Amino acid sequence: MSVLVYAENTGGQFKKSVYELISYGKAIADLLKTNLSVVSIGNVSDVDLAALGKYGATKVLNCGNEKFKDFNSQAFASIISNAATTENADVVLISNSFAGKGLAPRVAIKLKASFASGAIELPEIGESFIVKTGAYSGKAFAHIELKSDVKVISLNPNSYKVIETGGTAEVVKVESYTGDEHFKCVVKEIVRATDKISLPDAELVVSGGRGLKGPENWGMIEEMANLLGAATACSKPVSDADWRPHSEHVGQTGIAISPNLYLAVGISGAIQHLAGVSSSKCIVVINKDAEAPFFKAADYGIVGDAFEVVPKLIEALKKFKAAHN
Amino acid sequence: MRTLKKNKRGKITMKILVCISHVPDTTTKISFIENNSKFNAAGVQFIINPYDEIALARALELIEGTEGTVTVINVGDISTEPTIRKALAIGATDAIRVNAAPRDGYFVATQIAAIAKEMNFDFILAGRESIDYNGGQVPAMIAELLGIPSVSIAKKLTIEGTTATIDREIEGGKEIVSIPFPFVAGASEGMAEPKIPNMRGIMSARTKPLVVKEAVAVDLLQEIKSYDTPKPRGQVKLISPDNAGELIELLHSEAKVI
Ligand SMILES: Cc1cc2nc3c(=O)[nH]c(=O)nc-3n(C[C@H](O)[C@H](O)[C@H](O)COP(=O)(O)OP(=O)(O)OC[C@H]3O[C@@H](n4cnc5c(N)ncnc54)[C@H](O)[C@@H]3O)c2cc1C
Repeated sequence: MSVLVYAENTGGQFKKSVYELISYGKAIADLLKTNLSVVSIGNVSDVDLAALGKYGATKVLNCGNEKFKDFNSQAFASIISNAATTENADVVLISNSFAGKGLAPRVAIKLKASFASGAIELPEIGESFIVKTGAYSGKAFAHIELKSDVKVISLNPNSYKVIETGGTAEVVKVESYTGDEHFKCVVKEIVRATDKISLPDAELVVSGGRGLKGPENWGMIEEMANLLGAATACSKPVSDADWRPHSEHVGQTGIAISPNLYLAVGISGAIQHLAGVSSSKCIVVINKDAEAPFFKAADYGIVGDAFEVVPKLIEALKKFKAAHN
Repeated sequence: MRTLKKNKRGKITMKILVCISHVPDTTTKISFIENNSKFNAAGVQFIINPYDEIALARALELIEGTEGTVTVINVGDISTEPTIRKALAIGATDAIRVNAAPRDGYFVATQIAAIAKEMNFDFILAGRESIDYNGGQVPAMIAELLGIPSVSIAKKLTIEGTTATIDREIEGGKEIVSIPFPFVAGASEGMAEPKIPNMRGIMSARTKPLVVKEAVAVDLLQEIKSYDTPKPRGQVKLISPDNAGELIELLHSEAKVI
C-alpha cells in the first residue's frame, strides 16, 4: 500500500502546483497510514528531486532519460502506471494541468482504476472513499465514490495549500521501458510566453470584458496585472473578437479558474462567465452599470467607468507597492 | 489501419468519428432532486456540448468537397435523439446511438472504443470536456483503450495525407505536434467556429441513418453519491469610484489577497 504522486516538470523545473499535489498526497498518505512516493519523468536535477522530501515524499523515482524530454501521454502514462505497480500504490495523484488531463485518464485505464478528475479538496476517507470535484462547469460540486482498489485522482491547481513538513527524499533511478509504439506523436515546436504568468496556475487574475471597447484599451489591464503579479483573462466575446487570445477566455466554455483574487473590469457577469470564476476566493467587479449581474456574485465592487477607475487603481497600487517593499 | 480511398481529384476521403454529448444548455440554473443525488432535468433545454460542436464543425470542414464521411456517436438513452438529429442537421453523414445512460467517463469511452474497433475510422474527435461532468476523460480513455496517440486539448488541427498537425494547449502557450492516423483529439476553442444548421440540413437530417447499438458490459468503478452547489457570497461591499484606491487597502488588510 502507498500513495504515488506524478511530479510534472516544465523544462526541468517544478511549479507550485507540484508542491500542492505532493502536500495533498502527504495528507492522503497520513489518512491511509502509508508512505508517499513520487515519480518524475524527464530531466530534473537530483537536488530538486531530493527537495521534494520537504513536502512529505519519502522516495522519488526518477525516470530521467533524454527520450522523455518532451511530453508524450502514452509513454508517460506507461511509466506512471509501472511505478504505481512497483510501489504497490492504491492512490495515484496527477495534477489537473493540461498535460495531466491527457495522462490521468490513460493511467486510470492501465490500472483498471476509478478516476476522479478535478478534485478540489481532500477526499473523505472512511468506510468509503469520496472525492469532491467541480461539476456543471463551476455551477455545482459532485461527491464521487471511488470503489475500485486502485484510485486515480487529478487535483485542480490552487485547491490545496503547500505544506512543508521537512525531510529529504531518497532518489532512486528507474529505467522504464516504453516501446516505439508510444512515440508516434512527435513534438515539433513549443511556443511559450515565459514572461507571463499562466492563467490556470495564477493566484491573482485581472480580467477584461466587452466594456473595455477594444483591444487597444488593454494596456491599463496589463499594467495593473503587472503591478499585482497577476495573470490576464477575458470574457468570451473578447476572445471571439480576437481582442485577446482564446487561452485567456474564462467561463463555462473557457477555462475554469479559482484564484485568490479575480478582478473583473467591464464584464457583465453572465451565467456562463460566472460558472468559470465563481470559485475564486475573492471577486472584485468594476462596472459602470450598478445593475450588472456580476455585483451579486462579488465581494467588492466599484460602480464606475473603467477608464476613470482603473488608472486610479494603478496609482494606488504603485503607492501600495512603494510602501510595502 | 484502414486503407485510404482517394476520390476523383486524388484527394483522400477521410472517415471521421465525432463524439457528441447531450448536456444542459449553458443558461441552465442547476438544481438537484432525490436528496441531491440526481440532476433536476425538469424544464431544462439540452444542447450538443459546445466543445463537441467545435469538433463537429472542424470534421465537416475537413471533408468538405471530398467523399469523406463524418459519423457522430452518442452514448445515451432515447431522449438524446433530438441532439443527435441536430448534429445530422449541421451536416454529419450518419449517426450511432449506444443505448445506455452515460454513467461515467470510463463507461462512455469503453462504448465508443468498442464501436471504433469495429468500424476503423481514420481518427476520432471529441470535445475537450463536457460541460456537465467536466471530466475531460473520454478522449484519452478512448485512445488508451485503442492503443493509439491522442491530444486531449487541441486548439488547431490540420491534415496532410495521413498525418495531422495539432496545436496542443499548454500553460502559457502551445505545443505543435505531428500525429499519424489513427488518433483521438479533444477539440477546444479556436479549432473551428460552430456551424448552425440550415433549412436543407434540418430537412435531410430526418432521413439520415441513425443506428442504435446495444451497450457492452462495463464494470462499475465509481458512483456519484451527491451534489451540492456553491455557497452564495455575502453582500457586495461597494467602494466609491472617487475613492477607488481604498480598494487596494481592503484587498490587503481585509481580504488579505495582496
Ligand atoms: C453556449 C454559450 C457559452 C458561453 N460561454 C461563455 C464563457 O465561457 N465565458 C464568457 O465570458 N461568456 C460566455 N458566454 C457568453 C455570455 O453569455 C456573455 O455574452 C458574455 O460573458 C458577456 O461578456 P462581457 O461581459 O464581456 O460583455 P457584455 O455582456 O457586453 O458586458 C459588458 C459590460 O461592461 C460594462 N461596461 C461597458 N462600458 C463600461 C465602462 N466604460 N466601464 C465599466 N464597465 C463598462 C457594461 O455595463 C456591461 O456590464 C457564452 C454564451 C453561450 C451562448
